[in-house]
Amino acid sequence: KMSLSAKEKVIVKDFFAKVSSRSDEVGAEALARLIVVYPQTKSYFAHWKDLSPNGAPVRKHGITIMGGLYEAVSKIDDLAGGLLTLSELHAFVLRVDPVNFKILSHCIMVVLSMLFAEEFTPQIHVAVDKFLALVALALSEKYR
Amino acid sequence: MVEWTDFERATIQSIFSKMDYDDVGPAVLSRCLVVYPWTQRYFGNFGNLYNAAAIQGNPMVAAHGKTVLHGLDRAVKNMDDIKATYEELSVLHSEKLHVDPDNFRLLADCLTIVVAARMGVDFTADVQGAFQKFLAVVVSSLGRQYH
Repeated sequence: KMSLSAKEKVIVKDFFAKVSSRSDEVGAEALARLIVVYPQTKSYFAHWKDLSPNGAPVRKHGITIMGGLYEAVSKIDDLAGGLLTLSELHAFVLRVDPVNFKILSHCIMVVLSMLFAEEFTPQIHVAVDKFLALVALALSEKYR
Repeated sequence: MVEWTDFERATIQSIFSKMDYDDVGPAVLSRCLVVYPWTQRYFGNFGNLYNAAAIQGNPMVAAHGKTVLHGLDRAVKNMDDIKATYEELSVLHSEKLHVDPDNFRLLADCLTIVVAARMGVDFTADVQGAFQKFLAVVVSSLGRQYH
């Protein structure tokens, strides 16, 4: 089973600490990008009155998602256990098709690359990519 | 046939006309080899790929990165028939190079990340959309002749 090495956990924690001052911006921008570049993802937000990428609902939700990611960073040693509540939420309430975790991860990394170009080196990229994939796996743990 | 809006055409032309191939080419291929290490399988004769530093300093990787990036030029110049433009290259990748076409998608994702880094906030959501649509057509065309 794929897992993060001790070194990669440090890389992820350090990088997310560096990003934390702009984490709201990253979250809002990543979600805005998701619905613009992958319009089919709007199907999950049909109940919102305002689906504009720079509107308040999208921004707020992007910030919420980023908060979840920071929770995952703090539980990096046991993602499945640590994200149990979020996992149940996604499995029984939200039922987001897991393919969307991959594309949101991609959007998050594009924004990280834009805002932290020098820091988002290939070595950091691979650790973050693995981390996001493991978070996605933990979130879809209870799906079936 | 793929329909391109004026915005999409202009965006693609702009990105590639401003691109520093000597910088982006090596950056994209080396990132791909680091982030998706199984892609190293196609470069057995490239020498030292043992770690990220070695990959990023490897001159053969750098040279090949430029070659691959310039391979996109023809698509940029022939956006209305990328399928036909890449027919031969698709056959080459299938019959001679034996590259799993999923790798085209991985490389395209790395290119998106690198271009995002170079463009910063100019890489807006709409620009990203146009760029990824272009790359998706390229990737599809390159995989088309596999059988």
